[in-house]
Amino acid sequence: MEMKEILFYAIAAFTLFSAGIVAFAKKIIYSAFALLFTFLGFAGLYVYLGADFLAVTQIIIYVGGILVLILFGVLMTQKIYDTKAIIAHNSLWFSVGGGLFVALIITALLVKNVWLAGVPKAFAPTTEAIGKAILSHYLIPFEIVSFLLLGALIGAVYLARAEDKEK
Amino acid sequence: MNTLMPYLIIGATVFTLGIFTIIYKKNAVGILMGVELVLNSVNINFIAFAKFVDKGINGQVVAIFVIILAAAETAIALAIILNIYRTKATVDVTELNEMKH
Amino acid sequence: MITLALYIWLVPLLAFGIQIFLGKRLPRKGDWVSVGAIGISFVLSLIMFVRMLLNYDPNFSVHTSIPWIDAGNFKIAMGIYLDNLAITMAMAVSTVSFVVHIYSIGYMEGDPRYSRFFAYLSLFSFSMLGLIFFDNLFGIFMMWELVGLCSYLLIGFYFEKKSASDAGKKAFITNRVGDWGFLIGLLIVFTTLGTFTLTDIQTLVAQGKLSGGLLTAAGILLFAGAVGKSAQFPLHVWLPDAMEGPTPVSALIHAATMVAAGVYLMARISFMLSFDAMLVVAYVGGFTSLFAATIAITQNDIKRVLAYSTISQLGYMIMAIGVGAYQAGFFHLVTHAMFKAGLFLGSGSVIHAMHHAMHKTGVEEDPNDIRLMGGFRHKMPITYYTFLIFSLALSGIPFFSGFLSKDAILGGTLAFAMAQSNPVHYLLPIFGFTAAIITAFYMFRLIIKTFFGEPKRPDLYEHIHESPKVMTGPLITLATLSIWIFFTLPSISPFGSENSWYYHLIKKPASSVSAQLGHPVLEIPEHIEHAAHVNGMIISVIFALTGILLAYMFYYWKKWDVEAFTNKIRPLYDLSYHKYYIDEIYNATLVRGLLLWNNILAWFDLHIIDGIVNGAAFITRHVSRLSGIFDLSFIDGLVNAVADLTRDTGQLLRKVQTGQIQFYIFGALAGLVLIIIGTLM
Repeated sequence: MEMKEILFYAIAAFTLFSAGIVAFAKKIIYSAFALLFTFLGFAGLYVYLGADFLAVTQIIIYVGGILVLILFGVLMTQKIYDTKAIIAHNSLWFSVGGGLFVALIITALLVKNVWLAGVPKAFAPTTEAIGKAILSHYLIPFEIVSFLLLGALIGAVYLARAEDKEK
Repeated sequence: MNTLMPYLIIGATVFTLGIFTIIYKKNAVGILMGVELVLNSVNINFIAFAKFVDKGINGQVVAIFVIILAAAETAIALAIILNIYRTKATVDVTELNEMKH
Repeated sequence: MITLALYIWLVPLLAFGIQIFLGKRLPRKGDWVSVGAIGISFVLSLIMFVRMLLNYDPNFSVHTSIPWIDAGNFKIAMGIYLDNLAITMAMAVSTVSFVVHIYSIGYMEGDPRYSRFFAYLSLFSFSMLGLIFFDNLFGIFMMWELVGLCSYLLIGFYFEKKSASDAGKKAFITNRVGDWGFLIGLLIVFTTLGTFTLTDIQTLVAQGKLSGGLLTAAGILLFAGAVGKSAQFPLHVWLPDAMEGPTPVSALIHAATMVAAGVYLMARISFMLSFDAMLVVAYVGGFTSLFAATIAITQNDIKRVLAYSTISQLGYMIMAIGVGAYQAGFFHLVTHAMFKAGLFLGSGSVIHAMHHAMHKTGVEEDPNDIRLMGGFRHKMPITYYTFLIFSLALSGIPFFSGFLSKDAILGGTLAFAMAQSNPVHYLLPIFGFTAAIITAFYMFRLIIKTFFGEPKRPDLYEHIHESPKVMTGPLITLATLSIWIFFTLPSISPFGSENSWYYHLIKKPASSVSAQLGHPVLEIPEHIEHAAHVNGMIISVIFALTGILLAYMFYYWKKWDVEAFTNKIRPLYDLSYHKYYIDEIYNATLVRGLLLWNNILAWFDLHIIDGIVNGAAFITRHVSRLSGIFDLSFIDGLVNAVADLTRDTGQLLRKVQTGQIQFYIFGALAGLVLIIIGTLM
């Protein structure tokens, strides 16, 4: 077993464990931080898959952007003065059932399918390739996504604005 | 590590956990976290296929788009959650059941 | 000839139709409609009669027939049969009917139902003529019933009087008893021979299709109808009571025509009478003639005397047919029609005068009672003289028509008795001759008490007067027809009638029974026939004169005391006066028996039949109650249960809508799994 392999399994386990904590933690702040580690773990896995640009993008956007937003959300919606125990979760079995349904489907897919062997590729930097692809094959999605972001920006600002006039 | 299957299994597991979280959490932000897990698992699926199956890097491009969309969606979702928190002083989704029977 | 017959027959029906609906509104209440119609019938019959005389053919006959019912094997034909018998009978009927119609104009004057009376008379004329003209027993039966109906209507004409309506019912019901026998006889004929037409029956019986006991039975049963219609013993009880009807009705129906229908029927079926049937007929007729005559002696009601006289004379006619003296019987029918109708019309004239007198004096007694009369011949000469002529004819005195016919009958019975080996058959001429004496006796008793002597009631006698010309005219007409000459032409001898048109034209039909058996049913050698007639004539004249003499002795010269003699034979007198108590016997046995039976059946109907019906209703009610409960609880319960199920399912299902999104996600995933499993299967 090479070092790489051991490290791979460690990162995988770490990611999965963090995801588990996100799922099962009773306090929401624990879930948020666990989510942070999950994102980091994913980034590591991306590296193993030769997606160098994506790994970095993951960290910058997910951790730096999305997670911060989520933390904001968590912290701003907490009742600090509320001391009584809030039941944080729905029925466990209910949820396990739902999860199992999904697991069942995916397992069936994974098992029943014959996955293609694939082309062995060398590790090459991907940034240039992604840039080329976005501006040639994926131009329209790129443009649309930019519109989407604009809309999301405006929408988010609008939705979250302070209501000073009404007060 | 050098085959497709481990990455798919990781993806499947995280996906399941994400769905589980969506159903399990009462806090709206918790549900949002679950959604993020799902999107990440999808990303790893795409990137794994891009490496092992695809000739180009189409999977990675799609993964980028997913990340972009996740960001936009999170922003909006949190805005909504803040709004709910302002009106109902709670983010417990079981309290948000005015469209019930 | 057939068209003449049709006119003669149907014109009175037309008159009936007009009279019954429009009569009241016509001027003079429409009596001219009926009188005109019967006048037309009379004239046309006269034409037909003259034609027959000009033909002078004893075998003349015209016959048409049309199929009336034709249903597979069941065939009845209707038709008209005119032979000398029918033409003569039609002449007699239309003459008497015409005369009576004219008489009624005077007699029924002022009656509130004047128009209806004439309508009924027209209907009767139509029915009687139909009876004469039909060629088949079924048609005769139909008309038979119809004349019975007219008799009922006319007897009960004064229906406000209970005795009159009762008499009508009695007549109809007694007739019905006879008709029951008639009907069975008809059925026997039809089932064995398959036809009602008389000419066909004649040939079929000759071929032997109906024979032996069944033939005798058919003959006797058909005779039963004649017993009812012609008032023979034991169905004679209705005729005396039928005198409740107006006198013209008595004259027309109960003297001349309807009661003669029985004799006409017997004449028509004489060809199918076996010897035994003939004996039955003869004895019934003979017995009746004597029986009725003995009752007539003691009666005090002028019309009752004449009624019993009619029964007696009908007995003569029936007896004549029974002993095979066909021509004699029918001859007497014709002559009797004339003088008996005349007697009744004459008595009607007397009664009319008595009514008038009682009305004037305010006396409320029976206008028919001869004990209140006396000496009327001075006040009502025409009535008296005609009445005398009729009585002489009835008594059988030479120079009158009755002598010829009655003598023929008596001669016939004597010949029959002499030709038979069994001396018991001498009873028949004994019946006949005894009745002859008695007939003469009671008729002259009647005349003496009514027209001779001192008036018993001078107060009434004062107001008695002769009847108007409309009433005396018919009397004179009929009296003329009771003279011998009309019946003996071309001979003018008052004694011999063998060369008369009558004996030439009316011939006895050949007996089909004789043809069937191969030997004559009744054989009377020529010399016996002759001897019987000569002897019979002598004896009958002597007897008739004796009878008149006795009457004079008792009532006119008062040589013998009536009262003392009556007391000496008191039991016999009572029997005679009370009509041998026959009505009382019938009442106690038949009437009471039938009423008892009626009560039993009524009880049965009320308790058992109604009980069953009520029980069924009771059961139905309870079943319906049970079914209602079932419907209410079970069926409604089912329906309600379905509704409840739907509601509860709905309540259950709406819990799906929790409003929680995580629940919906779960549900969606579950559904997805199911779909995938489904597609993978």
